[in-house]
Amino acid sequence: MTGLAATVEPAVTGIGVHAPTGVTVADYWRNTLAGRSAIDRITRFDPSPYTATLAGEIRDFDPSPLSGRLLPQTDISTRHALVSSDAALRDAGITPDDRDDFELGVVTASTSGGFEFGQKELQKLWAQGSRHVSGYQSFAWFYAVNTGQLAIRHGARGPSSVVVADQAGSLDAVGKARRLVRAGTPLVLTGGFDSVLSPWGWLATLAAGNVSTSTDPKRAYQPFADTAEGFVPGEGGALTVLEHPDRAHDRGARVYAHISGYASGFDPRPGSPRPPALARIIRAALADARVGPGEIGVVFADAAGVREQDDHEIAALDTVFGAHRVPVTAPKTGTGRLFAGGGALDIAAAALTLDSRTIPPTPGLEHYPCPTRLDLVREPRELTTPAALVLARGGRGFTSAVVLRGAR
Amino acid sequence: MSANPAVTTDQLREVLQRVAGEDETIDLSGDITDRSFEDLGYDSLAVLELSNQIEIRYGIKLLDSSVVDAVTVRDFLELVNTTLAEGAGQDAGASDPSSGALA
Repeated sequence: MTGLAATVEPAVTGIGVHAPTGVTVADYWRNTLAGRSAIDRITRFDPSPYTATLAGEIRDFDPSPLSGRLLPQTDISTRHALVSSDAALRDAGITPDDRDDFELGVVTASTSGGFEFGQKELQKLWAQGSRHVSGYQSFAWFYAVNTGQLAIRHGARGPSSVVVADQAGSLDAVGKARRLVRAGTPLVLTGGFDSVLSPWGWLATLAAGNVSTSTDPKRAYQPFADTAEGFVPGEGGALTVLEHPDRAHDRGARVYAHISGYASGFDPRPGSPRPPALARIIRAALADARVGPGEIGVVFADAAGVREQDDHEIAALDTVFGAHRVPVTAPKTGTGRLFAGGGALDIAAAALTLDSRTIPPTPGLEHYPCPTRLDLVREPRELTTPAALVLARGGRGFTSAVVLRGAR
Repeated sequence: MSANPAVTTDQLREVLQRVAGEDETIDLSGDITDRSFEDLGYDSLAVLELSNQIEIRYGIKLLDSSVVDAVTVRDFLELVNTTLAEGAGQDAGASDPSSGALA
């Protein structure tokens, strides 16, 4: 053993992504480093009746790796998860032959479950009657479904669970997965996926009031800018294979990064004089990783795109790191916010950053109008300190942070 | 079992493929009458989906307990055709304005 179980830092040995900017790690990373954006007018349905019309859609999804038995029982977000899980395990070089079923666990996060699937069945309910509703509605809409479907697909009988913590959920899933690895499950598939791109999902999302109504894809999602006017939703997410470092070492696996620190908390109630949770959670995650602020080479920001929340994030970073002291990036401006998928995709991006020693830029903010507020990464930059902090916040106060360290 | 069953294996296969999909690694062509649903890649929920659609199409009501006992395609067809022959489905059919139509 490399030491006490409580200090084991799981290795990221496999990555699978399904993002608007790429459905393979190679495409996603190339487009992300190039600062490309996939934000565009919605094509999945006619967005013209709605106040917001832009999103990050996955347009080159190929469901053909999935059995025809799976298609009648899966929402698009579950299909993204299933195909990504194949890619993540393949990337890790893990086959069913070289593991016991009980060695593999699954922990996923979801914000909304299968919106599009649920909408179609509700339409049948009201248009044709209850007997026309698919029996698969019993689980296909449910935000726990991805953990179940992934476990079935890969014969994963290790401890598995689901985290629902809005947009912070997939960082909490990483925290849970790390606990499982420390408790003796050597492999955990973890991440998150969402898609709100159906009329019902879209309407529910717009109701929160923080989605950008801009029709200009280049300006719609500009976190930290004076011009910020909300965020653009996107669909998809990512999965990573977390593996006990001894197991990864013994089989000579490629290690992208290690999960070193994690913390999670919640904002005080509205109107409370206490500050938002973010600074406290960042400090807790750094302490958990046993690193100081000066040892963090890049922050993957939550980047709400809503002025007050952006101000809180800048204040928290200033409090912990000192003003302008740490490079901050938000590649999610090129994908939109993926809800539970967003934190998972940022974990993947952070692992790829540590592996390639290159920080990806923040698309659309090449001409960041407020350069004094943050050291925002606007073009690819060399990573000089091999540790990354990933932040995610959800509605009403969910706040989580993960620290990753480079492979040693 | 009547000599000319009202519902055939082919009709059942078509409904099954549409509501529950098809496992490409399993050959559903040919005579599947004596194959079990499990062998054909269909779990209990798929059989319940099938039964729901057959009920709507033929205006009958199949007992859930009988449906779960149907191991093979033949078992299921016998259940459907016996129920049809008994005219047991009149109430169920009359209560659903959409009976006969498929989702």
